[in-house]
Amino acid sequence: MTVTNQDPAEPTAHRPEEEEPENYPFGPYRRLDMHPKYAEYREKRPVTRVHMPYGGDAWLVTRYDDSKVVLADPRFSRAATIGKDVPRVRQAFEDPIIVAMDPPEHTRLRKLVAKAFTNRRVEKLRPRVQAIVDELVDGLVAAGSPADLTEKLAWPLPITVICELLGVPKEDHQTFRRLVDTWLSVGDVRPLEEVTGALERLQKYMAELLEQRRAEPRDDLLSGLVAARDGEDRLSEEEMVMLGITLLAAGHKTTANQLGSHVFALLSRRRHWEELVADPDLVPRAVEELLRYSPLSPASDNTRIAKEDVELSGRLIKAGDAVMVNYAAANRDPEVFPEPDELNFHRETNPHVAFGHGLHHCLGAPLARMELQTALRALVTRLPSLELAVPAEEIQWRKDSVARGVQALPVRW
Amino acid sequence: MDTTRWLVEVNRRTCIGSGVCASAVPGHFTVVNGKSQPVEERVEPDEEVLDIADMCPMGAIRVVDEASGKVLVPEDDA
Repeated sequence: MTVTNQDPAEPTAHRPEEEEPENYPFGPYRRLDMHPKYAEYREKRPVTRVHMPYGGDAWLVTRYDDSKVVLADPRFSRAATIGKDVPRVRQAFEDPIIVAMDPPEHTRLRKLVAKAFTNRRVEKLRPRVQAIVDELVDGLVAAGSPADLTEKLAWPLPITVICELLGVPKEDHQTFRRLVDTWLSVGDVRPLEEVTGALERLQKYMAELLEQRRAEPRDDLLSGLVAARDGEDRLSEEEMVMLGITLLAAGHKTTANQLGSHVFALLSRRRHWEELVADPDLVPRAVEELLRYSPLSPASDNTRIAKEDVELSGRLIKAGDAVMVNYAAANRDPEVFPEPDELNFHRETNPHVAFGHGLHHCLGAPLARMELQTALRALVTRLPSLELAVPAEEIQWRKDSVARGVQALPVRW
Repeated sequence: MDTTRWLVEVNRRTCIGSGVCASAVPGHFTVVNGKSQPVEERVEPDEEVLDIADMCPMGAIRVVDEASGKVLVPEDDA
């Protein structure tokens, strides 16, 4: 290769030890934008070295195809990160949660709850979700313009739905929402003891709820977990508690932040909002496009560790190396999504990886889709004149969370 | 003696190629051009296949007992 190199000034292929790893994250995130470096690296070096905030250096993957390989290939392990000082964005080590497990443990836990979240099962919840949305939008209208859409709709919707499914008392939402926020924080704004303390309190809270279901089973998912534990010994006590917490956390934090981001995206690019007002039947397609466009995370998380040497886009990833995938970067790959930084509700195909890909593809994706569709349709049909109540630049975004999202979304109509 | 086979189908219209089936237990399903397909359409009865089918977020996998015609997945959960 080097002998046939016609340009003597051209350096030989970069080797990781010759590459200065770029500090990661590349910078503070801005709204729903992707830092220009993702596109730059995707073009010039799609698998590149980055220096993570904690645990050292990792490979960052920016292309759609490579991302899908890493997400689906069993040679990349999530479990190898649990409790270890691996390259990562969160200060705390990875917890033993389902999103960090490998088969067969992952499979054993996922199949316990998978049936409750299939498309078919979720469809049966649609009337109830519609009723919750109607009630929340009634409340929004009754409270009057202007209002904060996050507190009136984006958070209470998924919180109500996941509480009813699991059997968690909705009255506790302020407590668990705050604890989850602290547990899943990034960077070092909060001391580590506060982060681990929040998880301990969540564990205690969930253990008590499960104990109540043990004494008095009901027709809810937590009772189902107790039955799987006590009746069939299919998971340990700790696994049961962590699964309950994960379902509760993932069931509201993601959807709430995405709904805020989606409405922000539409209202700050008004012609897209108007398009939905004129044709509400576009909403399902619009939700897919908004999912593609709106990064769920400020930066790559969910570190993976190569179990053996793997070649990816011409780079050799060695066994033991850490690899970071960025779903949002994959979703902006122009090879797959022409004009990736534009919203377009008429894309011929939209195979985004907003819910991930492979083994850890979001369990709650059908539910999240339905909640987002129902909420957006209600807004465009009932409040067509909705607009931001402050200039878009004044909207504040969360700084220290694993989820990207608005602090508040002041709207008027 | 158990001589029946199970028929495994993926509904290509509902499949979104999430890859859960192909990754959860390797060997039964494979994702080709963004859609899953069974590696074998007629398989030996194997609980694992039912578990994988249940894990599909889109409910796109159907498993039928060939001898009796009984639909094993999706269960009638009405």
